[in-house]
Amino acid sequence: MSKGKFGYYNPKKMMEGRITDVGPPHYEQFLPPIIRKNYGKWVSHRILEPGLLMHVSETGDKVYTVRVGQPRLVSVENVREICDIADKYCDGYVRWTTRNNAEFITDSEEKARALKKDLDSRKHSGGSFKFPTGGTGMGITAIVHTQGWFHCHTPATDASGMVKSVADTLFDYFKEMKLPAKLRVSMACCLNMCGAVHCSDIALLGYHRKPPLIDHDWIGKMCEIPLVIAACPLYAIKPVTTPEGKRTISINYDKCMFCGNCYTMCAAVPLADKEGDCVTILVGGKISSRITHPKFSKIVVPALPNNPPRWTEVCDTVKKIVDVYAKDANKYERLGDWAARIGWERFFEKTGLPFTWHLLDDYRLAYDTYRTSTQFKFTEQAWEVSKAAGGI
Amino acid sequence: MAAEGQEKLWDREVKDHRTYKDIRIFTEDQLKKAASTDEELKAFKIKHATPQLDELEKGPWPSVISDVKREALHRKKLGQDNLMIPEGVAEDLLGVVELAYVDKETHWKHGGIIGVLGYGGGVIGRYCDAQEKFPNIAHFHTIRINQPGGHFYNTDYIRGLCDICEYRGSGIMNMHGSTGDTIFLGTTTEQLEPIFFDLTHDMGGDIGGSGSNLRTPSDCLGMARCEFACYDTMDMCYDMTMSFQDELHRPAFPYKYKFKFSGCPNDCVAAIARADQSHIGTWKDDIRINQEAVKEYVAGKIPPDGGGFAGRDWGPFDIQKEVIDLCPTKCMGWDGKKLSINNAECTRCMHCIDVMPEALRPGVDTGITLLFGAKAPILEGAQMSLVTIPFMYVKKPYDNVKEITRKVQEWWMEEGKNRERLGELIQRVGLRTFIMDVLGIPVMPQSIKEPRSNPYMFFKEAEVPGGWTRDIKEFRKKHPL
Repeated sequence: MSKGKFGYYNPKKMMEGRITDVGPPHYEQFLPPIIRKNYGKWVSHRILEPGLLMHVSETGDKVYTVRVGQPRLVSVENVREICDIADKYCDGYVRWTTRNNAEFITDSEEKARALKKDLDSRKHSGGSFKFPTGGTGMGITAIVHTQGWFHCHTPATDASGMVKSVADTLFDYFKEMKLPAKLRVSMACCLNMCGAVHCSDIALLGYHRKPPLIDHDWIGKMCEIPLVIAACPLYAIKPVTTPEGKRTISINYDKCMFCGNCYTMCAAVPLADKEGDCVTILVGGKISSRITHPKFSKIVVPALPNNPPRWTEVCDTVKKIVDVYAKDANKYERLGDWAARIGWERFFEKTGLPFTWHLLDDYRLAYDTYRTSTQFKFTEQAWEVSKAAGGI
Repeated sequence: MAAEGQEKLWDREVKDHRTYKDIRIFTEDQLKKAASTDEELKAFKIKHATPQLDELEKGPWPSVISDVKREALHRKKLGQDNLMIPEGVAEDLLGVVELAYVDKETHWKHGGIIGVLGYGGGVIGRYCDAQEKFPNIAHFHTIRINQPGGHFYNTDYIRGLCDICEYRGSGIMNMHGSTGDTIFLGTTTEQLEPIFFDLTHDMGGDIGGSGSNLRTPSDCLGMARCEFACYDTMDMCYDMTMSFQDELHRPAFPYKYKFKFSGCPNDCVAAIARADQSHIGTWKDDIRINQEAVKEYVAGKIPPDGGGFAGRDWGPFDIQKEVIDLCPTKCMGWDGKKLSINNAECTRCMHCIDVMPEALRPGVDTGITLLFGAKAPILEGAQMSLVTIPFMYVKKPYDNVKEITRKVQEWWMEEGKNRERLGELIQRVGLRTFIMDVLGIPVMPQSIKEPRSNPYMFFKEAEVPGGWTRDIKEFRKKHPL
């Protein structure tokens, strides 16, 4: 490839030799030969042990896949080490899953087991595993997430650090397949949810809790005010002119739910705040149509302290939810299906999470989430209501 | 298509294929010398104190911090003469993140509009707001690179990417971004065109989507290594990506638009949750049953779910309790010898197949269910894709799906408001309009969970006898005031 400041590119003749619209490289050239040979011919699979899969083809061929958990953010040195391993054991082929795990595919069980041992032996200088094997079957797998404080302008919290902390906490569930069903954890560092965590068994969400600051000196110069106004889904923003004649906006704080859509449109209305920003936990979502329909994740903890570097409150809460679920759910029951069966009132009772007013939906179509049946279970919180209302 | 003829550029099975050696930037010797031993890494201190981040080196999960420190030392050893952006970017990145951990607020500014000539997406401008303290990362843009299907790579290709990323960028990547792209994190504006030049010329690759355009389509690995795949996800994703290159690179939409391709209803790429246009594999004939294998599951000779429950003692496998009774439509039976399925009543949820993959398989008359409208919460609230076309055969060149795609996109470009996702537009104008007026197809109960309960139907004039034009005088003759 090219070297030097501009390489082959000639800034004086920008169109010279320009190629566009080539699209991604064709996938087939990156498939290991045994995968090409058996493409579309697979008949079944087994998980031989955590982190080791075997797929069987109608041709009689078998492939062995070793799965390792990986952070989403990796250095090229880490990727080169993966390449070295792939060259040594897998004829130079490697892939990643949709959830940031790396997978090494081989044609022999013996090679796969040697590879697995090798992978589990490699550690970072700080002591963490470089390539921990696992993430298969009824457990957790790598936590997908967003950019956070490493690379984004809108986050309420960091992604890589919180994910590392939670993954450490749930590491046993990554290494062993002992949950009632798969458990998918996802993390988005603001409501924009570029990580689309809204259908995860457990979703961690960075959340702003203060209305935007308005930079009156800049907003008129750097933003299209009508676009800022239109960006607000709750019509909380109005145009105003200051006594000095500056064009700016005002925000009706009572209507703001801190979505940050205005900030996406305009840099002059920042939301981030050291004290205000918090972590919200949602649970019970899923994507697959297995047994029950796909489900959205539901908020069960409105705000936990945004507490770097280890987010202890978040880790403890996640651990508590997962441990209760692991103990109480039936085989095959995803977290959301378990909560639906025992009733959300029982979910809050069993997990000990406080049910607060924040969890009553008051956005659009909120009524769809209200209970309109006399079928419910009595819990302490229900008796409190009866007492408060003079019923008992 | 400029890629034509380059489909096998990197193919090791083909003579004269391109190798890493042909295009490498760093020599073997350079990389070897820049590599560090464990002792060197342990002794290495970056120039900023990072007490909070150091806490994230502890614990078993792979530490991003340890990894970025390793890259910092690697860059130092390669030396500034061998790097096109500042050698100290990895150190400054850790420094600015540490500062964010102290301030509990990000130090990245709103992105500016930057990119490569002729494209309107794929590069996200990123500037640091603490440039005096961290001058090396003052400009630190992201480049999204369209990933190969199924995230399969060979090491020649990926080492090439690593070299570009390190030589002309920070040496830090995302494997992968949420939408699926291979991401280079952090470079300067000046380096965008040289990176693009090398990517297109030497790597045979291209950048991905951002902004109001088609986002980089993504797929599950499908037929490459999964027995559940009901269609060729990787071929269809590649074909659709190539057909919609203009939409991918040149923003002309009201907002983002995502294609995702999942081979079966297990939906490993989250198509139903995340894609404006979700292609999910399905079948319309009968589930294939191997009765002998069913007996082996019942006898406990094959573990359920491929062995995925092995970490805990769940007791012996009970086919009645674990399969027959959990079937959402109760369309299965087990008489102690034979498993029966009333396939007409099956909704293809995959449970029985997931439990007993060695005994049950999807049918052979396969295709996709096409769904539209999923999105994350911003702005009107999260939505999942809705069943629009129950079954379509999908065969190259996928003209049937492309024709529908173009209809939908043209309508959305015409009617959609700024930053209104397709699903929100459908919500605003009504599903009836989308199905009947835009797609011009009949309606069906499969698109809904239940019929509407409010009676506010917009009857059309043509379906009401006599139409809507009436004479008030005639009315008054019968009904005087």
